[in-house]
Amino acid sequence: MTGRILAATTARILRQLRHDRRTVALLVVVPSVLLALVYFMYVDQPTPPGGPSTFDRVALIMLGFFPFIIMFLVTSIAMLRERTSGTLERLLTTPLGKLDLLFGYGIAFGLAGVAQSSVASLVAYLVFGLDTAGSPWLVVLIAGVNAVLAVALGLFCSAFARTEFQAVQFMPVVVAPQLLLCGLFVPRGQMAGWLQAVSDALPLSYAVEALQEVGAHPEPTGTMWRDIAIVAGAALAALVLAAATLRRRSG
Amino acid sequence: MDDAVAVRDLVVDRGGRRVLHGISCAVPRGRVTGLLGPSGSGKTTLMRAVVGVQTVGAGTVAVLGRPAGSAELRRRVGYLTQAPSVYADLTVRENARYFAVLQGRGRADADRAVTDVGLASAADQLVGSLSGGQRSRASLACVLVGEPELVVLDEPTVGQDPVLRADLWARFHAMAAAGTTLLVSSHVMDEAARCDRLLLIREGRLVADDTPAAIRAATGVDDLEEAFLRLIRDGEREAGS
Repeated sequence: MTGRILAATTARILRQLRHDRRTVALLVVVPSVLLALVYFMYVDQPTPPGGPSTFDRVALIMLGFFPFIIMFLVTSIAMLRERTSGTLERLLTTPLGKLDLLFGYGIAFGLAGVAQSSVASLVAYLVFGLDTAGSPWLVVLIAGVNAVLAVALGLFCSAFARTEFQAVQFMPVVVAPQLLLCGLFVPRGQMAGWLQAVSDALPLSYAVEALQEVGAHPEPTGTMWRDIAIVAGAALAALVLAAATLRRRSG
Repeated sequence: MDDAVAVRDLVVDRGGRRVLHGISCAVPRGRVTGLLGPSGSGKTTLMRAVVGVQTVGAGTVAVLGRPAGSAELRRRVGYLTQAPSVYADLTVRENARYFAVLQGRGRADADRAVTDVGLASAADQLVGSLSGGQRSRASLACVLVGEPELVVLDEPTVGQDPVLRADLWARFHAMAAAGTTLLVSSHVMDEAARCDRLLLIREGRLVADDTPAAIRAATGVDDLEEAFLRLIRDGEREAGS
């Protein structure tokens, strides 16, 4: 890996994104529109005693979800395009290292995820009055780590798809179980033992727990840092797996 | 001087089918070598083996004195894939600049490469908005930008207008005169005459490996397409007898 090539690769990926104005607009606007929907869904619901309002609880987790889902999809398709257009094969005949490419995607779409969650957080806090005990910056940090995790999983999964149709099918496979079991719908402690075990193995569960820690505590907690480290570790592991799927030689 | 590429007994299977049946050939340094043959004859597979991206069944491929695909060769070998492999959502210039950085070159080199392939006026257009011929030249610019010692070009002139095609061939010869080795594939026989040396391949076997003049002399015909036909028929007669 070399600094110059990594920087150029990151810049190239961001430049491609910038040329696609509609995608940029969708990335920025859609989360806020969905937050508005959630706000009006719950605006008349009574707040459960002793806990956060339902909007606060759901919106906080959604802020972590948006970059996860969107960056997973964007990365899977972008990487699949590299494979099908021949640019990947070409890149691998140049001095570019595999990690230059993978980290380039991680940084570029990680930044896009941070930008997306910053806008969504701004809207959530300022327009819809989201209330968390901890700092909004921590929410954006966790969303950013989530985005990097999603990029890493997307890079890995794209190796198993030959077409865009197949790549899109990986979204429900990878994202839906994590969404269902992360504790948003049923608290993890109330799940059957085996479901809890599955939930414990899914990285998004830790991201959600980290967000809930920010919601409940004014200062960053040890649990939150541990959870962030686990999510980051999962992202790194997925990147290593993705590197293993990049072969310079093929049949 | 030794050859830029030396292929020995190369066997390649793709998708359960034998594509190359033990090919041996050489590409001399500082020359334009044409790899001619019909579509599906194994030209692309042979080029991929030279570049080092093809899984090889048996045999050896040496490139600039190293085994094909060695890390050190990535700076010294440039490969143009048959389908233009450039980013459709970047401009011509942005593509060239990106590939320039990968090869340790600068912006000036990128702009020069774009001009060299005749795309200066389209430099700020998105590649996705270009014609097929322009797109393939954008892809070519991204190879030439690194000024590699060995340039492997898979059908670089397909879809180009005759004037541009002549320009490109003139450029290839200028590069060869400056010491670059070129291996250029084509399925159009009228391009064979433009090469210093020819590798004729059909159904994964080498039919001829010589200069155009020697091939003409050996077969007794002036037209290289006709000469190619005779070589194939002679080969089949030998195999049959």
